[in-house]
Amino acid sequence: MADTINDRIKEILEKSPVVLFMKGTPLFPQCGFSNQVVAILNNIGIEYDSVDVLQDPEIRQGIKVYSDWPTFPQLYIKGELVGGCDIITEMFENGELAELAQKENIARK
Amino acid sequence: MAMTIEEIEQFIITAVPDAKIEVTDMGGDGEHYSAVVTAASFKGLSRLAQHRLVYDAFGGRMGEELHALKLTTRIAE
Repeated sequence: MADTINDRIKEILEKSPVVLFMKGTPLFPQCGFSNQVVAILNNIGIEYDSVDVLQDPEIRQGIKVYSDWPTFPQLYIKGELVGGCDIITEMFENGELAELAQKENIARK
Repeated sequence: MAMTIEEIEQFIITAVPDAKIEVTDMGGDGEHYSAVVTAASFKGLSRLAQHRLVYDAFGGRMGEELHALKLTTRIAE
């Protein structure tokens, strides 16, 4: 059983290639920035899992320390932090995100 | 407790002394800003590392007192 918060996080990241730690859910985002990244992921049509940090204060605090990234959303591909809303938006606009998803052969919807 | 443009510039300068900073108030509520930070010292850092450098300057205030800082980082030529 995962005991520390970092083990819990590692377990989540190992379970699926793309994980979005966000406020709310893809269907009901509770924050504009999370909503923007959800829209981007849906637009490029890749499979992803999401974690609603509003429902899990331990993860909400733990993931900020784990990634040394203070805000949400946080997008991980293959266990690596890719970025928050600004970076994902910039990568989407210049095609880097779709390229990365292809390079990491992320399943498409 | 919100934050002023001067405070934001001050935080960023302490972390990135050679930065040129343009801060824009996005919300008028002292909590939503955008900033373009241009610095030669970003050279060689990934975009993620550049953003982290700036966010770390706020020492835990990021996402708390300062709800949102739309960040663009550029490497000064």
